[in-house]
Amino acid sequence: MKRLSAFNVVSLTLGFSFLYLPIVLLILYSFNAGRSVAVWGGWSTKWYASVFQNDQLLDAAWVTLQVGVLSASVATILGTMAALALSRYGRFRGRTLFSAMVYAPLVMPEVITGLSLLLLFVAVNLDRGFWTIVLSHITFTMCFVAVVVQSRLASFDRSVEEAAMDLGCTPFVTFFRITLPIILPAVISGWMLAFTLSLDDLVIASFTTGPGATTLPMKIYSDVRLGVKPEINAVCSLMVGVVTIAVVIASIMTKRQEVERERAERAALAGR
Amino acid sequence: MDARLGRRLDEVTANMAARGNQRWIVTSIPYVWMLVFFLVPFLIVLKISFSSTEIAQPPYSPVFDVINDIWADTLDKIQALQFENYKRLFTDSIYIESYLSSLWIAGTSTLMMLFLAYPIAYGMARAPKSIRPTLVMMVILPFWTSFLIRIYAWISILSEEGLLNSFLVSFGLIDEPIQILSTNTAVYIGILYSYLPFMVLPLYSALEKMDESLIEAAKDLGCTQFQAFWRVTFPLSIPGVIAGCFLVFIPAVGEFVIPDLLGGSETLMIGKTMWEEFFNNRDWPAASAVAIALLIVLMIPIIIFQSNEARQQEMR
Repeated sequence: MKRLSAFNVVSLTLGFSFLYLPIVLLILYSFNAGRSVAVWGGWSTKWYASVFQNDQLLDAAWVTLQVGVLSASVATILGTMAALALSRYGRFRGRTLFSAMVYAPLVMPEVITGLSLLLLFVAVNLDRGFWTIVLSHITFTMCFVAVVVQSRLASFDRSVEEAAMDLGCTPFVTFFRITLPIILPAVISGWMLAFTLSLDDLVIASFTTGPGATTLPMKIYSDVRLGVKPEINAVCSLMVGVVTIAVVIASIMTKRQEVERERAERAALAGR
Repeated sequence: MDARLGRRLDEVTANMAARGNQRWIVTSIPYVWMLVFFLVPFLIVLKISFSSTEIAQPPYSPVFDVINDIWADTLDKIQALQFENYKRLFTDSIYIESYLSSLWIAGTSTLMMLFLAYPIAYGMARAPKSIRPTLVMMVILPFWTSFLIRIYAWISILSEEGLLNSFLVSFGLIDEPIQILSTNTAVYIGILYSYLPFMVLPLYSALEKMDESLIEAAKDLGCTQFQAFWRVTFPLSIPGVIAGCFLVFIPAVGEFVIPDLLGGSETLMIGKTMWEEFFNNRDWPAASAVAIALLIVLMIPIIIFQSNEARQQEMR
């Protein structure tokens, strides 16, 4: 491999500074003692203290967390089922419609998804609030889970599954003892993706919520419209921190798992 | 012997039956879910887009009452369909202007993004193999942090007393702060910033697969550096270019948060117009008609994108 040319180094440096500088500045200014966003007034953690005294913010964060965990968990189950149906069961009746319905939400503008779900809830006269947000988030995040899991299922040796069934495992047992352990990393990253998409969502939640259920993005959005406040910087920095830690841990875990699997595979081959 | 064989056969058929059952359950649950929460809502939007506005709760008068009388007076109802909302899309200039300006903003920012992302993806693909996964991870990481937060970060940078202006003034590049926030420039910056990973990653995966010796060969045959790039590297990366462009263009057309927070009154984008129609004017039928029209506009790029993806899948 040749060394990187100067052009490559410059474009990488500029590109990554463009990506990271705004976030770094945001975190830096969350420690600013002054109220201004541009003038540095010394270090302070007072905005973090005021975040933890702001009940509205904390309530919104708690609602968001609950919505995220609930919807990501259901979406992971449904999305994994959808992925199995799409990649394992060949052609069944209505497959074209099914795959269209799974892929369309990936590129569907959020305003349309949000509006259509709201109109559904109004049509069936469902009380809008926490549960309607959960239902909506399950719907749009399960498609992302399905795509992630499907790509893992596509690169997987099916003869293992067939061997298990020939040896007398029921399909149910085969799934939990053979298939699931192999696709587990994809299922976990599908859950993480669904969870962060749910934490992140402003538009769909705004359409489908009702009185009493405000998620953190909705709260941040309404605060931002009133003007930039250092307190919001602190909330945002906390969220960035949590997500970064989670992503780094997850990637280390999947890497370790892969290394272990390779070692196990080598051991199995050597033992033969 | 016969008894054992018989038992084995029973087992196999039982397994096959169970497999059929499992298939049925595994397919039907997500299927029904998507029918109820994706297809039906979409049909409701379509239905409401043909109804007239009412100042009531809900603020529209239904055209079809699906459950009660499906066939009873279909003809009457077809006559009662209101094309008013669609007519307004063409007569009220704000809609046409919003659609055109959304397409323009999304199109030009996609093109700018290509120029911005290509060198980054190229540099990543030429980097030593050992650090490539880290670079990919670094591109994805900001994508995991909230979209809203990343847009919010730009407000304090671009505002009149913001960091960019004070930086430019203190270095004497400008005399007084210029307005960037609440202009279309800020919208472009917002789109470029938040969709960058969607362009870099498909380009990178196309460039990474490329055989380096092809460029060596082109150079040995007398190509200059640029010719080798333009006639060898770029054509080979076209699937990535297509995927990246559509991944940026399609969601950017319907974008709401970026024009709302970074743009100003001059910024017309269809996602924002629809949001205002819905939340500020409470005109649900008009918002539904805007949504349906937006989908029709996006249908062609979505189809091109999906067929490109399908072709790539087959080639793998």
